[in-house]
Amino acid sequence: MSASHSAQDMQQTLLKQARWKWPEILFWLALASLYVLFPSKLSLLSEILILALLALSIDLVLGFAGIVTLGQGAFFGLGAYTAALMGKWGMGTAPLSDPLIGLIGAALVSGLVGFATSFLVLRGSDLTRLMVTLGVALMIEELANKLKWLTGGSDGLQGVLIAPILGNWDFDIFGKVSFVYCYVVVFVMFVIARQFMHAPFGLSLLAIKGNPLRARAIGLPVNERLVMVYTIAAMMAGVAGALLAQTTQFASLDMVAFHRSADALLILIFGGAGYLYGGFVGAFVFRVMQDVLGNITPQYWQFWLGIVLLLLVLFIRGGLLGLLRHLRDRYAPNLMGPPSSSRES
Amino acid sequence: MSIVLETKNLSKSFGGLKATDNVSFQLKAGARHALIGPNGAGKTTFVNLLSGVLQPSSGSIWLDGQDITNWTSRRRAISGLARTFQINQLFVDLTPLQTLMIAIAERQSSGAHLLHPVGSRKDHVEESVELLTRLGLADVMTQRVGSLPYGRQRLIEIALALAARPRVLLLDEPAAGVPESERGQILDVIDALPKDVALVLIEHDMDLVFRFAKSISVLVNGALFMEGTPSQIANDPRVRQVYLGEEEIAHV
Amino acid sequence: MLTILFDGLAYGMLLFILAVGLCVTLGLMNFINLAHGAFAMAGGYVTALLMNRLGVSFYLCLPAAFLVCALIGVVLERTLYVRLYEKTHLEQVLFSIGLIFVAMASVDYFMGANPQNVILPAGLQGRIDLLGASVGIYRLFVIVICGLLAMGLQYALIHTRFGARLRAAVDDGRVARGMGIDVARIFTITFAIGSGLAGLGGALGTGILSIDPAFPLKYMILFLVVISVGGTSTITGPFFASILLGVADVTGKYFIPSIGGFIIYTIMVVVLILRPQGLFVRGGSK
Ligand SMILES: Nc1ncnc2c1ncn2[C@@H]1O[C@H](COP(=O)(O)OP(=O)(O)OP(=O)(O)O)[C@@H](O)[C@H]1O
Ligand SMILES: [Mg+2]
Repeated sequence: MSASHSAQDMQQTLLKQARWKWPEILFWLALASLYVLFPSKLSLLSEILILALLALSIDLVLGFAGIVTLGQGAFFGLGAYTAALMGKWGMGTAPLSDPLIGLIGAALVSGLVGFATSFLVLRGSDLTRLMVTLGVALMIEELANKLKWLTGGSDGLQGVLIAPILGNWDFDIFGKVSFVYCYVVVFVMFVIARQFMHAPFGLSLLAIKGNPLRARAIGLPVNERLVMVYTIAAMMAGVAGALLAQTTQFASLDMVAFHRSADALLILIFGGAGYLYGGFVGAFVFRVMQDVLGNITPQYWQFWLGIVLLLLVLFIRGGLLGLLRHLRDRYAPNLMGPPSSSRES
Repeated sequence: MSIVLETKNLSKSFGGLKATDNVSFQLKAGARHALIGPNGAGKTTFVNLLSGVLQPSSGSIWLDGQDITNWTSRRRAISGLARTFQINQLFVDLTPLQTLMIAIAERQSSGAHLLHPVGSRKDHVEESVELLTRLGLADVMTQRVGSLPYGRQRLIEIALALAARPRVLLLDEPAAGVPESERGQILDVIDALPKDVALVLIEHDMDLVFRFAKSISVLVNGALFMEGTPSQIANDPRVRQVYLGEEEIAHV
Repeated sequence: MLTILFDGLAYGMLLFILAVGLCVTLGLMNFINLAHGAFAMAGGYVTALLMNRLGVSFYLCLPAAFLVCALIGVVLERTLYVRLYEKTHLEQVLFSIGLIFVAMASVDYFMGANPQNVILPAGLQGRIDLLGASVGIYRLFVIVICGLLAMGLQYALIHTRFGARLRAAVDDGRVARGMGIDVARIFTITFAIGSGLAGLGGALGTGILSIDPAFPLKYMILFLVVISVGGTSTITGPFFASILLGVADVTGKYFIPSIGGFIIYTIMVVVLILRPQGLFVRGGSK
């Protein structure tokens, strides 16, 4: 009888981890309030949200499944070009130019390529994976550069027209609609990612990351799960790219470029991998820093980014959120409920 | 009694070293079998071959009359073959509860479910809690596995294998490295395992082996040196010579 | 046709000198220093500064670049890199990217973003006929120097005491340590030589490569290709990989300019997929 009682407690403990917590709700409300607080910075804010979504997609692969990737930017770029081309071919009218259909198209294309290339990262060490993902990303970048008739090459893709959202809201020049659109889409994506990661699927990824040998020994289909998460993450990156292409009505080589993969990875590591929110925190700090320091001189920005990276690797292992959690566990262990030890990376 | 697990002329070489040498071995349903042999005899390698961690150089492995030589670890596991590891192979960043939830979900083919949070399946939670309680881990269910004392982690090794509800369980030195005071607990757990599960125990402690085993195989230099009942093994002069110290055998 | 092959050969040889240090240190410590290209860049800038500001002869700049970069290598290895050996590859990669950024920004800040030009000594200008092909003297010079260096390295590796210890350490660090070989010291020396060679390559290559702040990032990818194709357990592997890459790149750009870079990336991915363990036998177990 006491055992069944305790089973009930344990079920509550498990379910509690998946429940939305106050800081999370506050976070999303605060994010929404920026719309009112910084009306002149809306396009920067949209960009941060998009970057955060890209970093979130890496988080699923790296923070949960433990697969390092330097190529997530390729899926971002694929999504951007897909959405931009759909907008262009649709000439501003639904269905092709409809933004939501564009998102779906981008997710499908990126997901397809992600699925096809996922088999390349199943084996090998971290280093092999880094190089394979980088290699694939570079191939896609080169391809975008060379298929000039399709992508516009280095001039970028002009003439992208996007229909009003749900046939009702047109993108305005102040970026108001764009921000709301990005916010809603990124939020929906986040909720999906969060749900997946708190489900048995997400837990099985943590098992794979923790000990693939044992995961196989208990009958966990490791490769299948990795293919799945890689594909899902590619779709998410594709959506992020589509958001950027739609809100800027433009697609360019810059959107598939290597530096985007690297930036997004840095952002995630900086914010903290494995928390789902690391990408958001990282993207904010990164872009704001870039704005402030980059305004002085571009070299300043690069220099300080480099310094931050060095310090990050040497001194703070789990990123900013890791640091926060560490401080919390140390000084106020009961503030946010029990630490989900699982999310430590 | 029927044979559940069998190997035919199983061999494995690492370079020039024959770690498993032409081993033909049979395990009956519900067996209590001990596999002994000096350090480096190839016991762990044999278990790695059986569980699919390693691929044999030659020979075959049969489970319930099916040739499983080319099966993946996963397929063997879901067909009822489970093992523990001599050196802990656990998910150190998860909790014991989460660890078992994973294993049970995989057994029930619901490990890829995306929508309902972990813990939604009450039956899975109940089974995990029941198993952990049975192994005396009730008080640490929600602590980080990596933070637990070594003896506790050894128990989780066993719990994790049991969560798959195996019909054949291979235990690779389950009490290795566990302080004397905690060994008893592990032995009790092994004694209490369901009678229909065929057990193979690898162990260096002869007291334990003779207390547990109904049959014993001795492995030397990768090859099966001798098989028999505990008393046959204990009284065989050749076994004494290659493996058992005289004084160890004296009090059996 | 021969001329192109020749250019490719020169380029490949140069790549080898640039990359060999990275390959050996990776094999030795399972440590990936993507910032290796920054040493090469430093070598290039040392040469440009010495020649253009102080009027030092090109030939003297080569050893100077080697020494300066080897020195920087030792200092960085002892102070910074030594903390990274126990970290994951991802952390090592992030760290080296950080270093690259710092190096790029500093160079950009002090020297500007434009590529550095040096005027090669008269003796190296012009072309001569060789085997019926007209080849640049400078390229011939590069090939000869790099070829001699490669042979010297191979000889040192096989026939010197240090070489034997180095090979033992690459083969199995733990065993080597057990035999009383001071692997850390070997590593420091190897790192210094590798950095020095990269600097020398950068100096030597001032006429072929473009010495600008983007250099480390641009060549990082080529280095990775060399590693993936050539492996890290020998220096002959990287040597042939570099030559292959150099020739493929130059001829590729010449004959099918529209897919130049694509070929290289494809080679890299295909090799990595087909021989993932083969190439990282020593690094793969991490
Ligand atoms: N992956 C491997 N590569 C090369 N040699 C190996 C490998 N695994 C095991 N060996 C060698 O095979 C032999 C058998 O090792 P194994 O671990 O199976 O012995 P064991 O009987 O389990 O010993 P112990 O009682 O110490 O656990 C040893 O000589 C060991 O060094
Ligand atoms: Mg063993």
